[in-house]
Amino acid sequence: MADTETTIRIPTQLRTLTGGQEEVKAQGATVAEIIEHLERAHPGIRARLLDDKGVRRFVNIFVGDEDIRFLDGLATPLKTGDQITIVPAIAGGA
Amino acid sequence: MKPSLFRSVRTAVLDAVGNTPLVRLSRVARDAPSVEVYGKLEFCNPGGSVKDRAALRMMLRAAADGRLTSQKTLIDSTSGNTGVAYSMFGAAMGFRVALVMPSNVSRPRKDIARAFGTEILFSDPLEGSDGAIQQARATVSRDPDRYFYPDQYSNPDNPLAHYHGTGAEILDAVGDRITHFVAGLGTSGTIVGVSRRLKEHTRPIRCIAVQPDDAMHGLEGLKHLPSSLVPAIHDAAAYDETTRVSTEDGWDMADRLAREEGLHVGHSSGAAVFAALTLARKLHQEQGGGCIVTILCDRGDRYFAPSTWEKRYTW
Repeated sequence: MADTETTIRIPTQLRTLTGGQEEVKAQGATVAEIIEHLERAHPGIRARLLDDKGVRRFVNIFVGDEDIRFLDGLATPLKTGDQITIVPAIAGGA
Repeated sequence: MKPSLFRSVRTAVLDAVGNTPLVRLSRVARDAPSVEVYGKLEFCNPGGSVKDRAALRMMLRAAADGRLTSQKTLIDSTSGNTGVAYSMFGAAMGFRVALVMPSNVSRPRKDIARAFGTEILFSDPLEGSDGAIQQARATVSRDPDRYFYPDQYSNPDNPLAHYHGTGAEILDAVGDRITHFVAGLGTSGTIVGVSRRLKEHTRPIRCIAVQPDDAMHGLEGLKHLPSSLVPAIHDAAAYDETTRVSTEDGWDMADRLAREEGLHVGHSSGAAVFAALTLARKLHQEQGGGCIVTILCDRGDRYFAPSTWEKRYTW
């Protein structure tokens, strides 16, 4: 399923890594594979999303409308056309 | 703020702002025993956060000079605490309030603001707080006569609240021995206003701003300046240095403060205390003494515990 292509929406805090792009495409059959694909295209992004225990505590990753914490986590399977959204758990600001 | 200036609009809840307790953090600082570390309990303000100070001063000054009237709606962008303060004082003073916030701010904040009758406008969570700022400005520009826009990022009454309030209170409490001041940077109102006051002291007091270590962070209320719209009130010359704290260190210190000091504070307070304790250990080793004051901005129960009970988010 390496040809499964999904769209990833990138939050403003990570767009310095994606050359300003708000959306990028990536191939992978699971969320973990997508993140590896993203890391190859945009080095540094994996460390912003994951630590040695998995998804960092303040990062939420959605497939469609569902947080992957309530699916199969990084092993959540993907199909072509899925939209993945990376959302910081907080909004910054003051 | 001088009581006489705004007597006509004063009510009980307004009177309860400021004069917060300063407590010694002795347990978490026990590996730097020669250094006194104090936290100013800003969650003791009636709205539960340090933001009461700036919000109150901005609203009172605007009410006094006619920028804010009962015919207008106060609108601003805020991820929470300032919005709670506007909402509370708006209810007490009889002013309508509307807030623009990214839809991913924590649920308790939305609920608190709504409890006071405030209208909430949601901005795109992917655009963060800067997106909320831009949406607030656009809303005001479409109908400028309808709104009073305090703009906490640009309003000089924000740092002045800390110059006249927080900074003066710190000097009253420990002016005879404070050597360092550490505070998180969000709008920069606290660090800029307090530092300006402390710099007037006869002894040099070193002032340190705390920022997240990365643009992608989880320290709600703090700003990573290199990747943000820099607030107009920010004045890097007001303070001496910047230190950077990771989200994990800030979160873990917030947990420690609850368990070891009985202070259940938010993550930005955890980050500020983490920075203060790093400094305390250095002062203990190098100088064998010192007195550090930091700010505990708000309480931890105002925050979102990721994914533990809210299965679905509401945006």
